[in-house]
Amino acid sequence: MGAISLRNVVKRYGFGPKANAVIHGVNAEIENGEFVVIVGPSGCGKSTLLRMVAGLEEITGGEIAIAGRVVNDLEPSERDIAMVFQNYALYPHMTVFANMAYGLKIARVPEAEIRTRVDKAAKILELGPFLQRKPRELSGGQRQRVAMGRAIVRQPAVFLFDEPLSNLDAKLRAQTRLEIQKLHGELRTTSLFVTHDQVEAMTLAERMIVMNAGRMEQIGTPDEVYHRPATTFVAAFIGSPPMNLVRGVTEGNGFTAGGQLLPLAAPAPRAGDLVLGVRPEHVELSFDLKASGWPLRVQALEMLGAERLVYGTLGETLFTARLDATAPHPKVGDIVNIGVTPEHMHWFDAATTARVGA
Amino acid sequence: MMVERRPLLDMLSHAVLLVGVLVVAFPVYLTFVASTHTAQEIIQAPMPLLPGDQFLHNYEAALTGSERGPGSGAPVARMMWVSLVSAVVIAVGKIAISLLSAFAIVYFRFPFKQVVFWMIFVTLMLPVEVRIFPTYQVISDLGMLNSYTGLTVPLMASATATFLFRQFFMTVPDELVEAARVDGAGPMRFFKDVLVPLSATSIAALFVIQFIYGWNQYLWPLLVTTNENMYPVVIGIKRMIAGGEAAQQWNLVMATAMLAMLPPALIVIFMQRWFVKGLVDTEK
Repeated sequence: MGAISLRNVVKRYGFGPKANAVIHGVNAEIENGEFVVIVGPSGCGKSTLLRMVAGLEEITGGEIAIAGRVVNDLEPSERDIAMVFQNYALYPHMTVFANMAYGLKIARVPEAEIRTRVDKAAKILELGPFLQRKPRELSGGQRQRVAMGRAIVRQPAVFLFDEPLSNLDAKLRAQTRLEIQKLHGELRTTSLFVTHDQVEAMTLAERMIVMNAGRMEQIGTPDEVYHRPATTFVAAFIGSPPMNLVRGVTEGNGFTAGGQLLPLAAPAPRAGDLVLGVRPEHVELSFDLKASGWPLRVQALEMLGAERLVYGTLGETLFTARLDATAPHPKVGDIVNIGVTPEHMHWFDAATTARVGA
Repeated sequence: MMVERRPLLDMLSHAVLLVGVLVVAFPVYLTFVASTHTAQEIIQAPMPLLPGDQFLHNYEAALTGSERGPGSGAPVARMMWVSLVSAVVIAVGKIAISLLSAFAIVYFRFPFKQVVFWMIFVTLMLPVEVRIFPTYQVISDLGMLNSYTGLTVPLMASATATFLFRQFFMTVPDELVEAARVDGAGPMRFFKDVLVPLSATSIAALFVIQFIYGWNQYLWPLLVTTNENMYPVVIGIKRMIAGGEAAQQWNLVMATAMLAMLPPALIVIFMQRWFVKGLVDTEK
């Protein structure tokens, strides 16, 4: 079936000194049957990478292999893939049935076989009653399902999804997310899913690739990415509100940030210029001001129902804490002490932004 | 839409419209009336303003060419046939060539693509009349005078239609092209299965325009046809009117004019819905 190997994949537009590189050597091994989500801010190259796997963009350097076969020079239709597009790209003049059957018809699959496969896909996606309709007579969610149906009937080695949920409203998106998860559970087809939405990435991915500016920052399970971000970019990108990042210098049991010496319960992994990362939910607030605590000047509060966000400044750095809504909370203008247990501290090299220590 | 009650304005606009209708319709009515009288009745002053009883006789005479007057007396039925064939061939040929050239310009990368596009575009500004003598020379040297090929081929290439299809193709989403590629459709397959069906309304609109354009050709057929047998009806009318003082068979000329007007009118009436749709909306 469909393992995907990306080996030092490079994409450049243009030639010579004017060439503009958008993908700088991505390496990844995606196993057969895995659901991998590529996530990153817009313009990070995630769609380009997906389109290179699909064969819609040429590969400037490196190699892409699908199911052990290097596909660099193969047409999209020869790569044994199926793609779900952001705007669904349904043929407007064809019925739902014809849309799903088109690829099979071109591949000269026998008529009876086409009918069986389309009917089966329609059943899974609950599209049965709509097979004779045209796409414009369907709702957004239904069109989205037709686009998925078109991918399913081809029985490919790999599914490629290019932000397929971004045109749906929030409720439908959550519902479709679950459907995709269920579908993957049934079909176990290798899937590569591109999104800019971290919730989608976290909920759908078995493993996720976080990309930034054409580089792969981290690949790992959602757990790993959330709890052990590999770089400050990943730390800030995944999680909402994002991880607090404080730049400073460590020496022994002290961390100097913004001219303020903050005592540490355990020494940092190494001395020097580092960035400390703390997730808002790992911040403990206390109202009695001790010498060992870090003073936070509260500037704003946000009540979100189940939880409350406390925004303040630690020295000169903005800092966010997330409290249970029922817990006692400070008022704007208060100075409170914040504490973080050492296992919830993430350290990053200030120069390379890479994670330091465990 | 805003609805206003202003009786005076209503009356005025109706009056303007009525005058407009009269200006357009009255000559057509006169032509019709003239085509139902004998030649003698028409040349009397004042000319009768009500239809006469010669309708069947005149139209039959015109269609079969059974009454030779001082001018050409070729049967109009044959002329109508020549006109119909020419108009259909021109319209279909124009659409086929324009679809293909627009397809090439929009979807393929080839050397000097921009140059080619601009060359086509520039010919938009050159009317047939400008290149009519060199074209005549070519057709004449190829021995195509008095033939359907000679009547139609030089009028087929169309910058306007190419440009229109180019604009339409550029609005077709790229994702559709990519979906077709993933589905394994080659370029011609994509053209046949996706682009042409999507262009259906534009094609219908262009067919109407180009059919009428082909039907109404005057100058070019006048040059390339010297044989009565190959006259389109528009030329036929002109040839029926002999110069000099001879008594013209105006009744037959008028009947021929009515017949010449009929097919374009029918095309517009029956294809109106498509025509408007093709010009107004783009279904994507």
